[in-house]
Amino acid sequence: MSDPVLSVKGLSTHFFTRVGVVKAVNGVSFDLARGEIMGLVGESGSGKTVTGFSLLGLVDAPGRIVEGSVKLNGVELTTLGEAELRKRRGHEISMIFQDPIATLNPMLTIGQQMKLAIDAHERVSPRAAQSRATELLTQVGIPSAAARLRAYPHEFSGGMRQRVAIAIALLHRPSVIVADEPTTALDVSIQAQILAQMRALARETGTAMVWISHDLAVVSSLASKLAVMYAGRIVEEGSTATLLRDPRHPYTAGLIASLPAMARPGAPLKQIAGSTPSLLSLPEGCPFAPRCTQASGQCTTDPDMTRNDDRQWRCYHPFGHTTPEPE
Amino acid sequence: MSAFVQITDVTRVFGPKLSLGEKIAAKLGGNVETRSVRAVSDVTLSVRKGETLGLVGESGCGKSTLGRAIAGISPPTSGTVTIDGTPVMADGTKATIRVQTVFQDPFASLDPRMKVGHTVAEGPIAHGLTTRADARRYVADWFDRVGLDPAWLERYPHQFSGGQRQRIAIARALAMQPDVLICDEPVASLDVSIQAQIINLFLELTRDLALTSVFISHDLSVIQHVSDRVAVMYLGRIVELGPVGEVFGNPAHPYTEALFGSVPKLVLDADELVRFETIEGEVPSPLSPPTGCHFHPRCPYATTVCQTERALMEPIDDHRSVACHHYQVCLGKAEHD
Repeated sequence: MSDPVLSVKGLSTHFFTRVGVVKAVNGVSFDLARGEIMGLVGESGSGKTVTGFSLLGLVDAPGRIVEGSVKLNGVELTTLGEAELRKRRGHEISMIFQDPIATLNPMLTIGQQMKLAIDAHERVSPRAAQSRATELLTQVGIPSAAARLRAYPHEFSGGMRQRVAIAIALLHRPSVIVADEPTTALDVSIQAQILAQMRALARETGTAMVWISHDLAVVSSLASKLAVMYAGRIVEEGSTATLLRDPRHPYTAGLIASLPAMARPGAPLKQIAGSTPSLLSLPEGCPFAPRCTQASGQCTTDPDMTRNDDRQWRCYHPFGHTTPEPE
Repeated sequence: MSAFVQITDVTRVFGPKLSLGEKIAAKLGGNVETRSVRAVSDVTLSVRKGETLGLVGESGCGKSTLGRAIAGISPPTSGTVTIDGTPVMADGTKATIRVQTVFQDPFASLDPRMKVGHTVAEGPIAHGLTTRADARRYVADWFDRVGLDPAWLERYPHQFSGGQRQRIAIARALAMQPDVLICDEPVASLDVSIQAQIINLFLELTRDLALTSVFISHDLSVIQHVSDRVAVMYLGRIVELGPVGEVFGNPAHPYTEALFGSVPKLVLDADELVRFETIEGEVPSPLSPPTGCHFHPRCPYATTVCQTERALMEPIDDHRSVACHHYQVCLGKAEHD
């Protein structure tokens, strides 16, 4: 495999609040190849969004990256100053958010906003800017794109607004796009259109994506690789097909089993007992242990990542895999 | 089987309230929005005793408005809703406590400044289901029933998680001892693992209390799991109705087919990525819905008749009905596969 476009190692982002240190992201590592889509899955508070923000250096006080490395095309981002980061944001790495109305400026036309986004990194003539904007809007499926450049955000539907946000993220053909639940607020028919387009775009442009979502079905239809987060860390990572068919970590297995689609209609769903721990006071050892059916005394110490072939998991008692018991 | 909840010709129109000046301006051709939205349009539907009817559709299809009309929260513009023969509304206000609602957002539906025990006790006391003296024990019983520690009665909503708040909302609805429960997206804002807990609770309670329920959701997998029958809505109209297994297994309406094709599915036995069957276009504005069949601009089977004539709900067999001029095409397809 060629060098990864994005390489994250031991990333930890903590928030230093009055009530204590919130360990939102705690030692996250993954690699992303050119054109690869990775699904970052987890429930609320698992740290998936903070991970996304950390990649772009967008964590505000009282939070900060306390440890680890984020390398984009071989350049370390965590030690760069704000000016250097700004050169890269929107250019080499960009982000799409859940709520497109919060991303777009209501006072500017779509064309003006796209021009601003282009001007931030390049000097181009207004005519060239316009034609690039038109081309990208067409690419993300906006009909009569040239005319729509003169429209304001409120004149678009939710799905169309999200397409505009995606087009802006794509303006400079970034190496990596971090997408934070971009289809969660949309209807299923619009979601399907956008997912199909994103998949095609990643293939055509070679842009790699980190697709953050709580919805396993959405990411499984889009991503070739999945990383499951729980309480600030990745607990399992592997190719989408193997991870879903044959999960190792009890949390991954529990998440999949709890989906209504996995049960006979009307039968009780498999549920994971309890709720996610507070990131202010994580239990000793494996943070999932208090809810885990497989937990033993060993789980009071923190498990390391176990690597096997193309996948890895963080658990002493993985399903479908026998490890030699340590003495 | 006879209808327990009968919804007859229910229409709900939301229109702008125009002042006299605006009315005159509109008459003179001024730029005043006079159009109205028919959020629910001539819906006739019955829910049988003890069944769960799923109501599914995309945002703006009118499913919540219909749910509110059934619950007596928002009166229909025309049409009637009866429970066991008794009208839900009388003189424009809700006339029965036999129907109760659980809403989507457990953060918005509980008074943040009231102890949850009081919130749950308010209704039963007002309606004489319990006395002020006995309310504590009464509410504690319901707390126990929905899986909450009765010791938490004295707490405030912010001290609970989303899943626990939804349990409180369910306890509040059930403490009114309703026959009919309307659930409007009760699990949409919950995490997957918590969603499973609440769905299980719903299944258990509707069975044990022999409740009749209407379960509104945009999530087809949830609807498929909890419902006996399902009604599919599009732009204010019911387009298909029938047993959930049959409707999803072999859709008769092109919209049902398209909706089901759009849902990302968890495929465990394929190494290939899933192919999306996407519906073209977007849901049209309810301010100016298309003529004829509302779905015709997006429908792969549409012909000229669909542009001019609304298809009415007609029975396909003893259990199912559909509003489509060409439903045979859709039905036949799955059989040939």
